[in-house]
Amino acid sequence: MLELKGVSYRISGKEKEIDIIKNIDLNFEAGKLYAITGPNGSGKTSIAKLIMGLYKATQGTISFQGEDITSLEINERTKKGIGYAFQYPPRFKGLKVLDLLQVASGIDDWKAVRGYLRHVGLCPEDYLDREADASLSGGEMKRIEIATLMANNPKFAIYDEPDAGVDLWSFDMLLNVIRKKHEKEGVTTVLISHQERILSLVDEIILVVGGEIKDIGDKDRIWPIIKDVVGCDWYKVCRGDRDEADCH
Amino acid sequence: MKLTAIDKKLLEEVADLHTVPQGAHNIRRDGGGVSRRSTDNIEIKTKEDKPGIDIIVKPGTINESVHIPVLVTKDGFKDMVYNTFEIGEGSDVLIVAGCGIHNASEEESRHDGVHNIFVRKGARLRYVEKHYGQGEGSGERVLNPQTIIEIEEGGSAELELVQIRGVDSTERVTEANLQKNAKLIITERLLTHKKQQARSDIIVNLRGAEAFTQIKSRSVAQEESEQVFYPRVIAYEKSRGYVECDSIIMGQAKVRSVPEIAAYHPEAELTHEAAIGKIAGEQLLKLMTLGLSEDEAVDKILEGFLR
Repeated sequence: MLELKGVSYRISGKEKEIDIIKNIDLNFEAGKLYAITGPNGSGKTSIAKLIMGLYKATQGTISFQGEDITSLEINERTKKGIGYAFQYPPRFKGLKVLDLLQVASGIDDWKAVRGYLRHVGLCPEDYLDREADASLSGGEMKRIEIATLMANNPKFAIYDEPDAGVDLWSFDMLLNVIRKKHEKEGVTTVLISHQERILSLVDEIILVVGGEIKDIGDKDRIWPIIKDVVGCDWYKVCRGDRDEADCH
Repeated sequence: MKLTAIDKKLLEEVADLHTVPQGAHNIRRDGGGVSRRSTDNIEIKTKEDKPGIDIIVKPGTINESVHIPVLVTKDGFKDMVYNTFEIGEGSDVLIVAGCGIHNASEEESRHDGVHNIFVRKGARLRYVEKHYGQGEGSGERVLNPQTIIEIEEGGSAELELVQIRGVDSTERVTEANLQKNAKLIITERLLTHKKQQARSDIIVNLRGAEAFTQIKSRSVAQEESEQVFYPRVIAYEKSRGYVECDSIIMGQAKVRSVPEIAAYHPEAELTHEAAIGKIAGEQLLKLMTLGLSEDEAVDKILEGFLR
């Protein structure tokens, strides 16, 4: 459904060019549930932003449903059916939660967009008229972010660390909503996450390390490698005691 | 007198009116009266010593409104007016002022208004003043409003001052004196573009104990326009004041923001905040991921910011 071929993303650093994503190939199949995981700074969010068009690939091609979208603008990709919920959603002075839902859904009627808030556990009466500014907590903002992505009705949805800042009980509920969208409406879904629980739920885990795809597979295959990567490699670098982690 | 299409358009912009209102009103066009109506509780009469009107709201008048729009439609017309508002004790009213200029000529059109407002004991006033300019002529559209407001013990006023595009030059002066337990909230919304100039000087004197004021200014400066904000709060008694100026700067525009607070009492509490910056890139990107083009996203952000 969505394919990355030889995609690289390189930026200019202070002294030299830095490769954030290095020549990766990825193929997301329609209707599947994926997780992208890996250590902090490994390039997970960069892959999502390359797919959404927030970053422009410096090399390689991205295609969606057979069409090359590498040069398409962000909003053109949205119209094709790709969606992305930000890890840190920006706040707006003056724009209300209702405005965001109206833009996302293309529906002006406030009554018709109420449901999107209820799905993420927020009472529409309390939130529709509130400004999406610094007065909302991180967890509230995160739920609104997920609600706007759902209102946008994508065929291919990426949720960037949907658990960040959300309490455990609420997260269960959010996860159920995301899964329902995936299962009932067939939305191809990618969750960027470190949570073991999420990794157990998905069809495939994509492990990203140092801007490259280290491995792809189910939890049984990937979990030990994660422990190696984040545990043992780190101890090597920091000269920690080997017995602190159960290394493979 | 009949309203022309231009009159109607100006009225809609500055006073949200589609026709002559039913309640108390005074519509002034090119220096003369078009329509006036007093009610049992609100009297409007012409000043005898200078151009302008007195608006007298009887004590205890609740939930009534007065519309006093000014239209300048004659090319190159220059209007000067003095209005006095007497908001009687314990009343609660809405005043919709505002000025619309249509100038299709090469000459400057101009309206200078001096408003003296007295909010008596325990009265509550909401005052909305919108400025609007249109017309293809190269002549400047100039508006210089001056508002002097006295708020007596326990009285409160909310001033909403709005000017979105269309006015080439404006110098606004607002002066307020607050007595014991009085409250004043000033909300300013401004958008300038092309080579427009706008300056706003506000001074609020907190003269009585427990007086409170909040000044919130939001502006967008586009293209080569220039804006200067100079809001000042001075506390002479145990009172509180808060000043916030927030501007979005675009193109080659220039913005100067100089909030000033002064306390002459040990228990005064005053704060100010000022920020000038361009539209945050993340905001644009977020709205684009929801399907808007970059230009549409800019419009949406500005619409919310100036709401």
